Amino acid sequence: MAGLIKGRVWKYGDGVNTDVIFPGKYTYTITDPAEMARHALEDLDPTFAANVRPGDVIVAGRNWGNGSSREQAVTCLVQAGVGAVIAVSFARIWYRNAINNGLPALTCPEAAAALNSGDEVEVDLAAGVIRSAAGEFSFPPFAPSIQAILADGGLIPHLKKRLG
Amino acid sequence: MGHTFAEKILARNAGLAEVRPGQIIDATPDVALSHDNSAAIARIFRSLGVARVKHPDRLAITLDHAAPPPTTRHAQNHAEIRRFVAEQGITHFYDVGRGICHQVLSEEGLVYPGAVVLGADSHSTHYGALGAFGAGVGRSEMAAIWATGQLWLRVPESIKITLTGQFRPWVTSKDIALHIIGQLGADGGLYASIEFHGEAVAGMSMESRFVLPNMMAEMGAKNAWVQVDQTTFDWLAQVAGKDEAELARLKAASEAVAPDPDAVYAAEYRFNAAEIEPQIACPHTVDNVRPLSAVAGTKVDQAFLGTCTNGRLEDIAAAAAVIKGRRVAPGVRLVVIPASAEVYLQALRAGYLETLLEAGAVIESPGCGPCMGNHLGIPAPGEVTISTANRNFRGRMGTPEAEIYLASPAVVAASAVAGEIAAPWEIGGQSDGRID
Repeated sequence: MAGLIKGRVWKYGDGVNTDVIFPGKYTYTITDPAEMARHALEDLDPTFAANVRPGDVIVAGRNWGNGSSREQAVTCLVQAGVGAVIAVSFARIWYRNAINNGLPALTCPEAAAALNSGDEVEVDLAAGVIRSAAGEFSFPPFAPSIQAILADGGLIPHLKKRLG
Repeated sequence: MGHTFAEKILARNAGLAEVRPGQIIDATPDVALSHDNSAAIARIFRSLGVARVKHPDRLAITLDHAAPPPTTRHAQNHAEIRRFVAEQGITHFYDVGRGICHQVLSEEGLVYPGAVVLGADSHSTHYGALGAFGAGVGRSEMAAIWATGQLWLRVPESIKITLTGQFRPWVTSKDIALHIIGQLGADGGLYASIEFHGEAVAGMSMESRFVLPNMMAEMGAKNAWVQVDQTTFDWLAQVAGKDEAELARLKAASEAVAPDPDAVYAAEYRFNAAEIEPQIACPHTVDNVRPLSAVAGTKVDQAFLGTCTNGRLEDIAAAAAVIKGRRVAPGVRLVVIPASAEVYLQALRAGYLETLLEAGAVIESPGCGPCMGNHLGIPAPGEVTISTANRNFRGRMGTPEAEIYLASPAVVAASAVAGEIAAPWEIGGQSDGRID
């Protein structure tokens, strides 16, 4: 989890669930991650998949990612180039899936309130700071075991290192 | 200072004297569940370079989410899973037609007091009904469990919910679950272990109890637990086939992980079962809950009775009691999907399916059906479905232009007859909703 994440903000509200992040009807038919990215958020924001750029940051309200355990609700965003998700709070399985896929999920109610769609934002994971024209916001550091998973790019690369 | 169920069972599983909320532990699940997502998990598993699953006897795999397969691609997915099951020697494999994972694992005796069950399915909270710790995980995590037998878990804070009083006629565990979610919100139990205590729980059948922890996934819970008593052990003996010696062991295990009277909770709530009427979750969130009387009269195009939440014998019996001698309203589809082959057989023998067929229902093979939009009852844009399922998110059943209302089996059956959301007593139901 080295370096800086820099991009534009895509802002959404409270309670965004996994069915609008990645619809259930695709869960057993789409296996190509690039194709998953083309359907990211399609029932919430049809403009997202075509316009998202690498490093862009999703900013959301409470309980982001509630609903299904489907990991595609994280994979589709990682493949779309999303650099981080900042929210007031996260649903727990989505949160675990994010960490386990190397996608920083940052709980920061202050940044979630201050940032707006289109804002340029910079996330400094090492320093634990989110910087933008709206201000600087700090977020709580990850537990050491979680930092190790993120540093390796997710649970599977982390395990490969451990088992290899 | 005492400990909660989650603290006691996770400490026991991790071989620690005690644990505290927030602590990260390495859990060793007794059962690791996956379903139609097993092919995707197998691909991640293979990428680890590990040849064999660490504990093949602890895996349970069901084919239920799109079963029988509606398309060639779904069929290929199932075929890939069967190859993996054969290659790895996985004995707890339940093929197309056996039923929905949570119901099947419970019937098969794989879930019991004191067990730790992790599932690659968000409704794995279900297993708390039998005194087990059940939590949902992702696909990569399941691949990690297959490879190592373990997974990191954070010990959750606990919330104690006490259900007092007695239910009014026609009011069920589904109604009180929806009421709680409506009151506390979709994040009201975020990351938490939710415990159900109280006289209203004691009075519930085992089938009714399964609804409570199942629905707690919709409140953000990590797991949920229901107090264990003779009803639990009778069910384990009669349905799951546990013998006397096993029951004695399970009683001891149950006592070892039961919450202490002086356990510390992050929050405690009390709800009086006698005070609520049937509840409905309205589009497009499960916490958008209103009393039945506030939404009665809403026109419906489809009624769906089934799922891991409410597809058991008691649910089909309740629907049959409401619908006996009546017809599904013209222009309305009533889709009925028993939660398992066992439920199907018993509903058939009891005559419930005959009653439903005579009324104009469509009976489908056991599985998840249209719940998450795969097949067997997908609505058209603009249509309204009333369903016994646990989730009504926009797009859940296939199209974002459809609306989904969630309710109890009796209300779903009454609505199918009326062609609009209706109370069972208003269409002249022949029973008071109490089946046994």
